[in-house]
Amino acid sequence: MKDMFGALAEVVGESYVSNQPEETYFYARDPGLMPPREPDYVVVPKTVEEVQKIVKLAAKEKIPLVPMGAGMALTGLIIPLKGGIVMDMKRMNRILEVNERARYALVEGGTSQGLLKSYLEKNHPRLRHSIPDSPATATIASNVMIHGQGRLTQQYGFNSDMVSGLEVVLPSGEICKIGSCAVSPHWFSKGAPFPDLSGLFLGWFGATGIITKVAVKLYPRKKMRDVEIFVTDREDLVPEIVFELTHTEMVEDINVFSQPRPMIFKDNHHTTLFITGDTDEELEFKRKLVWHSLDRFIKSKDGGFMGVPPVLKPTILDSPQRSVCRFADVKRGGGFEYSGPIILVEKYPECARKTMELATKYDLAYSAMARIIGRGHCMMFGFAFTFNRADSDMMERTRKALHEVSEYALSAGGVFWKPTVNEQRMALAKMDPHTRNLMKMIKENLDPHGIMNPGNWEVA
Amino acid sequence: MKFEEIVHRCFRCGYCKFTSDYADFNCPSYRKFGFETYSPGGRMWLIRGWLNQEIKNSERFQEILFSCATCSNCVEHCVFTFGEDLVNIFIAAREELVNQGIIPPPVRDYLKSIRTHGNPYKEPAAERGKWAEGTAVEPFDGQPYLFYVGCVGSYDERGKKIARSVADLLLKGGLSFGILGPREPCDGNEVRALGEAGLSEYMAGENIALFKELGIKKIIVLDPHAYNAFRQDYPKVGGELEPSHYTQILAPLIQEGKIPLKEYKATVTYHDPCYLGRHNKEYEAPRKILSAIPGIKLVEMDQNRENAFCCGGGGGNFFTDILGGGEDSPSRIRVRKALDTGAQIIAVACPQCAKMLDDAVKAENLTDRLEVLDVSEIVGRALA
Repeated sequence: MKDMFGALAEVVGESYVSNQPEETYFYARDPGLMPPREPDYVVVPKTVEEVQKIVKLAAKEKIPLVPMGAGMALTGLIIPLKGGIVMDMKRMNRILEVNERARYALVEGGTSQGLLKSYLEKNHPRLRHSIPDSPATATIASNVMIHGQGRLTQQYGFNSDMVSGLEVVLPSGEICKIGSCAVSPHWFSKGAPFPDLSGLFLGWFGATGIITKVAVKLYPRKKMRDVEIFVTDREDLVPEIVFELTHTEMVEDINVFSQPRPMIFKDNHHTTLFITGDTDEELEFKRKLVWHSLDRFIKSKDGGFMGVPPVLKPTILDSPQRSVCRFADVKRGGGFEYSGPIILVEKYPECARKTMELATKYDLAYSAMARIIGRGHCMMFGFAFTFNRADSDMMERTRKALHEVSEYALSAGGVFWKPTVNEQRMALAKMDPHTRNLMKMIKENLDPHGIMNPGNWEVA
Repeated sequence: MKFEEIVHRCFRCGYCKFTSDYADFNCPSYRKFGFETYSPGGRMWLIRGWLNQEIKNSERFQEILFSCATCSNCVEHCVFTFGEDLVNIFIAAREELVNQGIIPPPVRDYLKSIRTHGNPYKEPAAERGKWAEGTAVEPFDGQPYLFYVGCVGSYDERGKKIARSVADLLLKGGLSFGILGPREPCDGNEVRALGEAGLSEYMAGENIALFKELGIKKIIVLDPHAYNAFRQDYPKVGGELEPSHYTQILAPLIQEGKIPLKEYKATVTYHDPCYLGRHNKEYEAPRKILSAIPGIKLVEMDQNRENAFCCGGGGGNFFTDILGGGEDSPSRIRVRKALDTGAQIIAVACPQCAKMLDDAVKAENLTDRLEVLDVSEIVGRALA
């Protein structure tokens, strides 16, 4: 087609399509370390019908199409590796339904985490969703698309496990409903009791279709919330500590962090646990169970609860934790990236040591953070390094450190979370060949022209 | 470029686009254009790209830079320590473009008009005090206060009405003040915001000298933009003034009973002007006035005080109109939000906001349901 711009403008209006250098420059990048690649067009649709028309157009012309939320994965998943169209979804941000009794919310594909949180607090104060600590601009659809985690992950698993329905525009342009919504007006299940087709889209980074609606399960929001921090200088004890805490089934969320600054945190491992309650009695009951679960570590003098200064509490209880972003400015440089493999909790000591080893080797500032997934079923371990965007040498050292993390994580039995293209290739190379062929079959059948976020999950 | 050492530090996390409770995106230009490039993070990354010569100064780049309403929402909500300089960084980039002489035509025309005529309306200075004709307002002659109305209050029909309304209340309150009339200069706030640093500094210097010569220290300011210039910018070049926004003067006068009020029944929502609110942290004086009127039911829009959504007139956009037009223009979004509150009146405390929202009410076909009135005009309806 000669006039792709004109064709896109016909769909969304001239104001919402661009092939100007400013947009192609910006949308060529994410805040991480992946090299830029410019799209040919950026388009900002408002309706599912517009998305559908754009997909059909891209399919007809065999032009790559990359859906984008806030672009906060940091691993280049929204960088258009083969050019084409980047579709910024954030104008599609309506909350379509909240079913209070069935505890689910249905939102459009560009709705931000922050918007849903705010809406629920105002209109349904007894409900909440599992909000991640990525910035509040992160969209719900893209978070489940990458199998993100959030505040309720220790209780209910990956945020994608909490999906209760999808509407997807397939690479052919057809609109497809996934889950109970395919046969019912209600969005309460993403699959069961029928075959769960959500796996054709979740975790695929848009390589099999574009999520235009997503329903997520909501959970009770208690009136009170508090935080405790258990500190030990023995990383080898962390898996045991997590095991005891998860056994109580009293905790909302468990994160473990280790970082060299400020000095108070150096050489220690901090298990941050959040508890909630509707009454003082409920909160104190949970607090006591949590405290007693770790008695043996206190008696052996291997750890103890630190007093959380009141001034620090709002920062820790903040949801999402805005302070997470500030790690990007540790080196006065606007950047951080982490490799966050999903791995067994028993690997925590190794991972923590590896983080410090790589930080020393490459002279980088680090933060190690683990989020417990399920009742200790696994964890996301974030090997995070901050870099100065104006220091190309530091950026290169960070890339090297993260590459070593990738190799280590795979060798330690981990699997990559929101993997870069290189990590995807590493994973595919190690993958059971029958699984790899199944992925290939799915991709080729759903996207025969290979237009959807090409370069990602490509089986050679 | 000033602040060049900061530009690369933006992580583009996007907190700057939101209100503090994340209820909505609150950056006017981002709401209008929809591309990340028109958000604060987008500007930061593009400015860096431009400084690194990866992109050029194009019409689009200019539109991106000059569509910033300098509303300071990003400053309020950025999570980084450098966030306090975000608007300053955007203005610094505009300065570079102004210095290169490659700027959008409406910006060029605005600055040219200020240089040539001393006001953006290309009107003679002699016309400047005409708004006060037929009133009891006197020329300044050593009274305790100067009433400074600014360019919009002097020349714009809507602005002139508001200037008369405020002056009337000041007189009723027994305040002794005068105006400069034809000698009143432009305050230069928008000149600075549009990137003409040299001219704005020159204007500030000239104005400070004039005020000093006339013995002026206490100034009652009609327009929050001028209030901002006098309060934030003039001290940096030696100005020792005591500016007050007119609501800060009226609020105590009303509370002390010096302006008696009768009942006036209306549901009113107040729109915080960015240069009174976020830039200068005055959120309560206008609300105190409205709350003091018997019969007024004051209802808040979701986005209020430090989370107020800009009308789109700031940063020179009132004159350049880069942000105007279409249903996603900030003023129209704001008017729809006001309608959601059930209010019949949008109260404003800025002549620029008044005009912006007036036009938006018309564009939304809401003239039979919503009225835009300055706080002083509402008080005027309730005078005993």
